[in-house]
Amino acid sequence: MDKKPFERPVIKKLNAGMPSKFGLQVRHEPITEIDGVPVSSLLERYGSPLFIYSEKTIRSTFREAFRAFSSRYPNVLFSWSYKTNYLNAICKIFHQEGSWAEVVSGFEYKKALENGVKGDRIIFNGPDKSRADLQLAVKNGSLIHIDHFDELYELIEVAKESDAKPNVAIRINMDAGIYPAWDRFGFNYENGEAWDALNRIMHCENLELAGLHTHIGTYIMSTEPYRIAATKMAELAVGLERKFHHHIRYIDIGGGFASKNTLKGGYYPGSDTTPSFEDYAEAIVSVLMKADFHPDHLPLLILETGRALIDDAGYLAGTVVATKRLADGQRASILDAGVNLLFTSFWYDHDIRPAKPVSDQTEETAIFGPLCMNIDVIRKSTIFPLLKKGDPYVIRRVGAYNNTQWLQFITLRPNVVLIDNSSQVHVIRREETLETLNDLESTPEHLNVHK
Amino acid sequence: MKIKKSLAISETGFVFDPSTGDSYTLNPIGLEILQMLREGNSREEITGTVTQAYDVDAMTFERYYFDFLGMLKQMQLVETDE
Amino acid sequence: MNKQKLTIAISGLNNVDSPGPGIPVIRGIRESEDIEPRIVGLAYENLEPGPYMHGYVDKTYKLPYPSEGVDPLMERIRYIHEREKIDVLIPNFDSEIFVFIKLADKLGQLGIHTFLPTLSQFEERHKSNLPQYGEKYDIRVPDSRPVTSFGEIEDLVRQGKFSWPLLVKGKFYDAYLARNAEQARIYFNSVNAKWGLPVIVQEFIKGTEVNVVALGDGNGRTIGAVPMRKQYITDKGKAWGGITLDDPSMLEFTHHVMSVTHWRGGMELELIRTPQNELYLIEINPRLPAWVYLAVAAGQNLPVALVKLAMGQDVPVWTHYDIGKIFIRYSYDMICDLDAFRKLSTTGEL
Repeated sequence: MDKKPFERPVIKKLNAGMPSKFGLQVRHEPITEIDGVPVSSLLERYGSPLFIYSEKTIRSTFREAFRAFSSRYPNVLFSWSYKTNYLNAICKIFHQEGSWAEVVSGFEYKKALENGVKGDRIIFNGPDKSRADLQLAVKNGSLIHIDHFDELYELIEVAKESDAKPNVAIRINMDAGIYPAWDRFGFNYENGEAWDALNRIMHCENLELAGLHTHIGTYIMSTEPYRIAATKMAELAVGLERKFHHHIRYIDIGGGFASKNTLKGGYYPGSDTTPSFEDYAEAIVSVLMKADFHPDHLPLLILETGRALIDDAGYLAGTVVATKRLADGQRASILDAGVNLLFTSFWYDHDIRPAKPVSDQTEETAIFGPLCMNIDVIRKSTIFPLLKKGDPYVIRRVGAYNNTQWLQFITLRPNVVLIDNSSQVHVIRREETLETLNDLESTPEHLNVHK
Repeated sequence: MKIKKSLAISETGFVFDPSTGDSYTLNPIGLEILQMLREGNSREEITGTVTQAYDVDAMTFERYYFDFLGMLKQMQLVETDE
Repeated sequence: MNKQKLTIAISGLNNVDSPGPGIPVIRGIRESEDIEPRIVGLAYENLEPGPYMHGYVDKTYKLPYPSEGVDPLMERIRYIHEREKIDVLIPNFDSEIFVFIKLADKLGQLGIHTFLPTLSQFEERHKSNLPQYGEKYDIRVPDSRPVTSFGEIEDLVRQGKFSWPLLVKGKFYDAYLARNAEQARIYFNSVNAKWGLPVIVQEFIKGTEVNVVALGDGNGRTIGAVPMRKQYITDKGKAWGGITLDDPSMLEFTHHVMSVTHWRGGMELELIRTPQNELYLIEINPRLPAWVYLAVAAGQNLPVALVKLAMGQDVPVWTHYDIGKIFIRYSYDMICDLDAFRKLSTTGEL
């Protein structure tokens, strides 16, 4: 005789005193497989927890975004934001799709070169580029986006030392209606600092002003700030045409598009509120198409959006370590992945799903990570199915920032796998071992004497 | 452990405690266990019935059984003289 | 005359001391001379009074909260529609309007009619956009600015752009009247802690709060509008009594808002009238308010007109309403059986 599947017994109090907890219960559809590969078999083979990327989703998301812009504007380029996710396999998918590289450190710059990106297809952003970094970037003909005057003057020196005339842009910060406005990177638009920098560059024989760059913020849930930003960038470009008869080659509008994750404190799920690529594209392109550019010199539009392109393609799968009751009777589930692997749980209400079929029963549950640290909370309170010790789970939309900001804290970082278009699984980053870390350390001889 | 005699338990898993006015819902396995408790079944009897009908071993069940009893205690659905 | 039979799904059944508009809307519809409605209640909580008010609501279904996303909500509506064949759906909670606007096309494909503002009409009237809204549509609004530090408030006062007292408001909710810098600092910190930045500083308009309930046809026409002043306000700021006013300037204000915004659907305008007789717009609520039955009693059955507009029928424009009609809210203890509570809470239907 077949036995019925066992679920742990629960009793829940019905009350009117806690609104927002009781609307009709919603089913938590399990995610049992990713691109046709069962999650349970992935965990069995590659260990738990495990980061899983879908190549299919990366490519389809990229193409959707590219189409949104290229169908509206004749001259569009995406540049992959390395800091969002610089696993080489992930970067190479974007490069295959036609993305250049956008890097913000010497480390990322060299990573891009090793990934086969030609020097003149690397955009070098960020406030900290060493003299050696600048020399390398100048030699390779990369696009150098200047962040501050100290860098501008250092670059002029570097350019004079070499015979090259580096291609540069300045990063511009502005009031695009976002609060607080980001004003720590680049030169300010409203107070005229941006024009000061542009004048300086235009009067310098050693630098070629190739473009203008801005990056107005992060996780921008409205398209209006992009419309404002595009307007101000177009004004600068047209101003350069009038004043210097100089046609810039590109406008780089940066990134900041939100993904479909739900920010903490957000009432509606991100999947309902985040603008689509079409929405963002419409806001930006409608301004550029109306601008007074010389018709033969329509600038290339560069986008550096990272999060919105990769978040959906990443999953974090794992296993329930334990369930317990807190002092006030609230249920708590402990997962084997915590804030060490899921840095984004500090600002998202992550969508956590069972990875095998469950009943419709749910309980209000706190979801903790495995660290012996009080801050290791993935969800403070969520309506969650009745998972037991050993049950698998999947956290959705973790592709952005987690594999660059994860911490080697208390425990080691797990395997990362990529499921390719034909559902073949590849390890793209091996799990760390004690040796991985001990290799970096050395102990002074006198401490090796055991008492 | 004795369940409060006055509890009204419906077939649909709805529980009403007339002494406090509170209402509760149970999942199907919770309902089965509560009914067995009310009929005075011992832990061994309940474990036997459940492990026979469901895909669970006695050790695993025990864990969730005591957790469930803890919930009932917390909700004051058991006789207090115990 | 043969009445038209319509199945109308309505939410906002929380007819409690700070009531939702559901029951008053139903009350209006039930008084229609040419519609015979079957009212399907849409509820979220087990103890919303509406589901138990069988004289008003024929059958109730619980919904998942809009915070669960549009997909689970749509799935539930489909389920209800299969059983009830809904003709018109009227959402009455602020938090629902957004999701039902998003779902309007899908609902329309199922034959479920709605009559809601467009997404941009809904979005641009958000409190935090009020200054831009006033500028765009030439509507007088109090001056307000987003600030990210307490120092900015002091600067604004020093520069003479604001004066004490002023309102310190949260991005979404909460507004405090600060009479001096000390109070403003306290409110800034507490609003910031609760709602985050920016904090909104708003000019305090001294005067009387007055309200208009109105219905726009989406083409700039005002189908009906009734001005009211609250006569008695509860400690939650809700009207417990109110009276219809003879005030052409408020109607003119309303007609202007409708004609420039092409508002579609019900709305409530919250206005302040200054001693100099100027009207300032404080807020637009994107739905009929809970006191809408006062308009019905004064001669404008706006809920029925909304149903007809949703069904694509022609609706004449009202120009008249009775002046000096008063509503006095009262509460009443219904007696219900545990079994009804059990049904709603365990099956989600009653």
